[in-house]
Amino acid sequence: MAEPPLRPRRRFRQPSVIPGFGLTFGYALTVLSLIVLLPLAALVLRASKLGFSGIWEVATDPRVASALKVSFGVSLLAALTASVFGFIVAWVLTRYTFPGRKIVDAVVDLPFALPTAVAGIALAALYAPNGLVGEQLAKLGIEAAYTPLGIFIAMVFIGLPFAVRTVQPLIVEIDKEIEEASATLGAGRLHTLVHVVLPPLIPAVLTGFALAFARGVGEYGSIIFIAGNLPYVSEIAPLLIVIKLSEYDYGGACAIATIMLGISFLTLLAINLIQAWSRRRFGYV
Amino acid sequence: MSSASAVVPPIKSPPIQSDRAASVVTEGRIVRWLLIGVAIVFLALFLVLPLVTVFVQAFAKGWAAYLAAFTEADARSAVRLTLITAAIAVPFNLVFGVAAAWAIAKFEFRGKNLLVTLIDLPFSVSPVVSGLIYVLVFGAQGLLGPWLIAQDVQIIFAIPGIVLATIFVTFPFVARQLIPLMQEQGTAEEEAALTLGASGWHAFRTVTLPNIRWGLLYSVLLCNARAMGEFGAVSVVSGHIRGLTNTLPLHVEILYNEYNFVAAFAVASLLAGLALVTLVVKSLLEWRYADDIAAGARRH
Amino acid sequence: MNGATPTTSRRAHGVTNPIGSSTAIRVEGLSKTFDTAAVLHDLSLDVRAGELLALLGPSGSGKTTLLRIIAGLDFPDRGRIIFGGDDATQVPVQERAVGFVFQHYALFKHMSVAENIAYGLNARKRSDRPARAEIRRRVGDLLDLIKLSGFADRYPSQLSGGQRQRIALARALAVEPRVLLLDEPFGALDAQVRKDLRRWLREIHDRTGQTTIFVTHDQDEALELSDRVAVLDKGRLEQVGTPDEVQENPVSATVLKFLGDTIEVEAIAQDGQVSVDGKLTPVVGKRGLTGPVKLYARPWQLQFAESSEAHLHGTVRSSYRTQGRQRIEVDRTEGKTVVVEASDTARLAAGLPVGLRIVGGYVFAE
Repeated sequence: MAEPPLRPRRRFRQPSVIPGFGLTFGYALTVLSLIVLLPLAALVLRASKLGFSGIWEVATDPRVASALKVSFGVSLLAALTASVFGFIVAWVLTRYTFPGRKIVDAVVDLPFALPTAVAGIALAALYAPNGLVGEQLAKLGIEAAYTPLGIFIAMVFIGLPFAVRTVQPLIVEIDKEIEEASATLGAGRLHTLVHVVLPPLIPAVLTGFALAFARGVGEYGSIIFIAGNLPYVSEIAPLLIVIKLSEYDYGGACAIATIMLGISFLTLLAINLIQAWSRRRFGYV
Repeated sequence: MSSASAVVPPIKSPPIQSDRAASVVTEGRIVRWLLIGVAIVFLALFLVLPLVTVFVQAFAKGWAAYLAAFTEADARSAVRLTLITAAIAVPFNLVFGVAAAWAIAKFEFRGKNLLVTLIDLPFSVSPVVSGLIYVLVFGAQGLLGPWLIAQDVQIIFAIPGIVLATIFVTFPFVARQLIPLMQEQGTAEEEAALTLGASGWHAFRTVTLPNIRWGLLYSVLLCNARAMGEFGAVSVVSGHIRGLTNTLPLHVEILYNEYNFVAAFAVASLLAGLALVTLVVKSLLEWRYADDIAAGARRH
Repeated sequence: MNGATPTTSRRAHGVTNPIGSSTAIRVEGLSKTFDTAAVLHDLSLDVRAGELLALLGPSGSGKTTLLRIIAGLDFPDRGRIIFGGDDATQVPVQERAVGFVFQHYALFKHMSVAENIAYGLNARKRSDRPARAEIRRRVGDLLDLIKLSGFADRYPSQLSGGQRQRIALARALAVEPRVLLLDEPFGALDAQVRKDLRRWLREIHDRTGQTTIFVTHDQDEALELSDRVAVLDKGRLEQVGTPDEVQENPVSATVLKFLGDTIEVEAIAQDGQVSVDGKLTPVVGKRGLTGPVKLYARPWQLQFAESSEAHLHGTVRSSYRTQGRQRIEVDRTEGKTVVVEASDTARLAAGLPVGLRIVGGYVFAE
């Protein structure tokens, strides 16, 4: 009789009595490949034909460079703003009780649910010089619509839910005992907030910031109506892709798309690193 | 500790103000209301006001003008196309999501994390880029372009392209909701069903499906909202042919760019209404079935 | 205000302060209601300086609420807390100078062990804050005290439960509190660690002389560890006394039952003399106690006896050995089952008819 092997064989899948792995795994992988991976591969293929120098050439074109600068720069500021206010919103929603709290909580998800084009024309109408808010701003000498400020407003709109929803569950999970412990040790409320409550939330805040930033950079629908789309001033990178496509400049479109994809992958990587670091340091995400 | 307590004269103890009770782990009353105020004003300004604007502008010239926007043939065909697109994209992603979640949540295999990351990928791709990649595959200058032209099949600037782009942008919704949920539920119940003689399909239908139904409904709801409202990706592949390849969001854009504001906002109000219904149902689901929707933290 | 800790008093275990020694904390007429349920009823208690006092009670007895009110984490509806000679009822938790140790440690996960211990010192206003070197020295001393000297730079997630609880204690001691308050300090630990930590806490207490109150629902823990035990039930203080006092002279059936296994027997009292089944028992009640009463006895206060001598009759249901003793369940003829404890003898066969004689016990005026 043959001895059973002592060393467990490295296998692709752990044995299980549950049926259906082959079918569901095969189906999922096939669909994923056809819908997501192959089309993305087409972009990579196209970009590789351009080569690094080809992409660089497009990226340094003054109009493209300024569009990228607008997209990334404004998105950075917008994500920062969304993170600060998102934190306040998340804190208020989890820590305080006030009438209408549940409704306010539901409202936070509005940008997820509202089609971007609808948000876009509404923001444009609101912040246009004759709009409800735009009129007030105009009196102060501030032009919102058709300037980078308009882009900023749209990006804050689109990024806010990410900032709120990444921090909120962690605020819920804060153990009140650590705040009590801090108080019994003589720390005032502000000291407790700064030294005990906030530091463990930083990874979540950074994650929310990165998500809002990535979303802002890629956003199209809610921005183009309010932006005014002036080349070199308020033209965003995604719009430039659309323009290049309409001019049948596939290479140019691919180059910009590749740069944007690269940045969003770097952002994703950053998020994963933040979470890995947080897990190591605090034992949780 | 030299002074004995007896020194303190016994007094009739007064009732103590109850406001102190919660003060150890929260901020002062003024700070509290200040922060609540900041949050509400901010949300009102950035989120609620735009929503209200849609309806205000839509009814700016009264009911007749509002309704006129929908009597137009182009508007009707846009509604039809949006419904068709969602009717294909949502069930497609539903089936994919359930299959993927079954394989990922109920089994242990190598490369699982990579698979999950790849499924999430469309969320981190700009909508415009999502459209672009399909143009690169199916467009006239694309990889399969010449072959498709030879077969006389049109995908880009036609309905199939719109459906494909919509499937892409809504791809992760169902799967990413179900994977953590089903992982948390484990395999014990399915194993119990199997030991009792149920077939795999029977176990799925009678054990797994009831356990995930609220999470499933929740994710389908969000998937549908995005499918009907997608703009950037669809805009790239549609070609904007009025009456043929215009979905509702694209129709809104065209009307707006033609300075037909009332009609643009009227059509937009339809989509905003959809968003509101989605939010309300979503919130109701969260309040009633929070534990059956998501594993651990809420995610989108 | 007197905030100094009597660090010099070193006392041997079990020696309590004589009556009349200084009171560190006085709890006066404390009442507290959560929503509609009352958790504390007009509770008064004196805590002596330097003693280790256990608040013992079942869950829901209000013991944790009492501890939290003393700390300033909860607020009473009525009553006063007096620290030393000062009314502290309105003093916010930050200024009470208490050291609170939580059941689940409540360590700051993002801070190293040293940062955790130094937290209370660093949180002080600049003018009251010790110099950096002084803080480092004190953290070092405390790490020595809790025998975790090499652990200053570790993080809480790298420590075991017992180690975390010791850090939590050091953190509380670092601010030189007037009183150390521990809420079920060993509740989250497994049995062996629990035992070690108990002994260790007693040692720390004997070395520092720190006035300490700890909450527990475990009688053994309270009796083994404390100088005095305060037994709480349903928000009332049932009895307070040394472990010997509460065990030998429980004031109520509640205290008696809570401190160990108890047998309940119907009895008749006649001017303090208690008899069961028409036979007199050695149990003596208050003079004048007359009529049907309940007699309570410990399992070892029943002995096997000849039928003519026995107060109770029945048959053996089962018997088993535990820790050198024999425990026998006896089905009484009237129906109830009692547990008898005897020194280790041979196992008794089930069904064997036996007689039981009551050799000690308690009756209480209801």
